[in-house]
Amino acid sequence: MADTSFVPAASQSRKGKLALRWLLYILLGLFALFYLMPLFVMITTSLKSLDEIRTGDLIALPREVTFDAWRTAWSGACTGIQCEGVRPFFWNSILIAIPAVAISTLLGAMNGYVVAQWRFRGANIIFSLMLFGCFIPFQVVLLPMARILGMMGIAGTIPGLIFVHVIYGLGFTTLFFRNYYVSIPAELTKAAKVDGAGFFRIFWSIFLPLSLPIIVVTVIWQFTQIWNDFLFGVSFSQAGTQPVTVALNNIVNSTTGVKEYNVDMAAAIIAALPTLFVYVVAGKYFVRGLTAGSVKG
Amino acid sequence: MDPILEIKNLYKNYGPVEILKDINVSIEPGDFLVLVGPSGCGKSTLLNCIAGLEPITGGSLHIGGQDMTNVSPKDRDIAMVFQSYALYPTMTVAKNITFGMKVRGVDQATQNQKLAHVAQQLQIEPLLNRKPGQLSGGQRQRVAMGRALVRDPKLFLFDEPLSNLDAKLRVEMRTEIKALHQRLGASMVYVTHDQIEAMTLASKIVVMKGGVIQQIGTPAEIYNRPANLFVADFMGSPAMNLIPARTRRSGGVSLIEIKRKEGDPIILQDANNRDLPEEVILGVRPEDIADAGIRAGADTQNADCIIDIVEPAGADTYAVLQLGGKHVTARLHSETTAAPGVAQRLAFDLGKVSYFAPDTGLRLN
Ligand SMILES: Nc1ncnc2c1ncn2[C@@H]1O[C@H](COP(=O)(O)OP(=O)(O)OP(=O)(O)O)[C@@H](O)[C@H]1O
Ligand SMILES: [Mg+2]
Repeated sequence: MADTSFVPAASQSRKGKLALRWLLYILLGLFALFYLMPLFVMITTSLKSLDEIRTGDLIALPREVTFDAWRTAWSGACTGIQCEGVRPFFWNSILIAIPAVAISTLLGAMNGYVVAQWRFRGANIIFSLMLFGCFIPFQVVLLPMARILGMMGIAGTIPGLIFVHVIYGLGFTTLFFRNYYVSIPAELTKAAKVDGAGFFRIFWSIFLPLSLPIIVVTVIWQFTQIWNDFLFGVSFSQAGTQPVTVALNNIVNSTTGVKEYNVDMAAAIIAALPTLFVYVVAGKYFVRGLTAGSVKG
Repeated sequence: MDPILEIKNLYKNYGPVEILKDINVSIEPGDFLVLVGPSGCGKSTLLNCIAGLEPITGGSLHIGGQDMTNVSPKDRDIAMVFQSYALYPTMTVAKNITFGMKVRGVDQATQNQKLAHVAQQLQIEPLLNRKPGQLSGGQRQRVAMGRALVRDPKLFLFDEPLSNLDAKLRVEMRTEIKALHQRLGASMVYVTHDQIEAMTLASKIVVMKGGVIQQIGTPAEIYNRPANLFVADFMGSPAMNLIPARTRRSGGVSLIEIKRKEGDPIILQDANNRDLPEEVILGVRPEDIADAGIRAGADTQNADCIIDIVEPAGADTYAVLQLGGKHVTARLHSETTAAPGVAQRLAFDLGKVSYFAPDTGLRLN
């Protein structure tokens, strides 16, 4: 009968599907393990004492957990002549990243709004130029930027670094917001104009409230970029205004005598914690925001 | 009293392309002006120019007697309903309706009172706390209307407000808009490409094509005396029959000769004994070709014609035949004896016919 001959075939294919799925999971598991290995080594090493590191196995769990290395990394490790750990530099990074992220996101939103909804003569050219700014290698701009910071009198200062990050973040933030706002129908702006609202009112009351997904995307992107930046940090800072990435480099490079791997690892994890935290908290909004389409009225 | 809206010699270009050419329109208080025309003819553009959302290239525009040519939309005392409704997606229905008043700094008590009034008028009270995303198409349409009504402006502008609704709801809302207009006595400019909507709503119709006004008139004028072949063809459903014909004078009467598919031409006599050029296009509405015997009158003349297709449509039956080399639709009685392939005696009512010049397309009578 047609029925009986059909059932085994179906169950066979179902078995095949199951096997395939398992294979897939195992493969993915292996990949995950491979990627997590360095993190695992970093965390375990940071919790070991120097003796244990010297005598023990690299991937073994710590025999005795100690937070000494963390304490040293946070407040005692030497970055050149100064031995205060990463703490002061961590605060520098926060002082740089938060205003730079906020300003570049807000300006990007404004730029995107203008380019997408208040089309003026030359809007496309200006937008193309800003896009171009996203793709030039930053090494190219180091010298001119140093001149400009000098002329503005903010060379080597935290406001100077904020300025640099805002300028070089604008291309991306504008792109994000422009692409998001382009999908919003022009009639929305027209309706608001007839209702009597002006440029800023429309931005504030109608566009910003629509923008949560893209704000999340932009903030994560900018925060990661700025927090992890090394090139600008090392080029445009001086003693006292260096960000945590630069301090980390100095700790790793300036140890005299024995190399304190546990302290290096702890410092590296501390430096990476804020970006990890941002991804864990807002990661799902990041994915959602990147795929968010037009707004349905 | 000044006209509510007066447009003089308006031109609108997008770059080098002329979109609107020499538009002249004026409407009186309480008028319901309908702009109608095929897609892309510039209706929305004209409405946007009236609203001040698009700058005009030439000409002038007065609203309520004041020159508004260079005034920004918010100071024109107009309200507009958009084709996509353009409701503010993050605001509740209530906020959508009061946004304009809030921007203008109207006090809270007045806002609430006007909101309540409009909500009651449009029966949207249960929806006030919802977001636009939680509304059906018809409900959104009402909210968009509410946002316009609450402003109580000199002039309402509607851009195809019903085109996103299904057929049944469209007819309902059409009636409701008409009732609303009669109740408020407000002045309105209403864009549509649906000629039935235009006929049923308008006190005055403007027919446009390619950025040029073809005719302005009351629905009856447009229907009975179309100014050219385009208007004749565009307004009315089924469309007016436009039949090529020859004319001649014989024995003091003006005769019209129409080729039939088989046999001799039909000879009809012009009702007013007009002098006509030799070649004309005869415009006859389908309802002016009926079963012989049922329609009778001074201007009615009978002729036998072979029917090609019979299309029963409930109240009427449409018959398609060939005259002068064109398909011609006749509106027959629902119990007509007409059958495909068989000759039927038809009555042509020549009292309301139009004549057009074949070369220019302009009306001759
Ligand atoms: N921003 C613009 N730039 C250039 N051309 C435009 C612009 N907006 C409209 N047009 C052109 O102007 C013409 C009229 O457009 P409009 O939107 O007024 O047509 P419409 O009569 O409202 O049509 P529909 O019934 O499809 O809404 C079209 O040919 C269109 O391509
Ligand atoms: Mg349109």
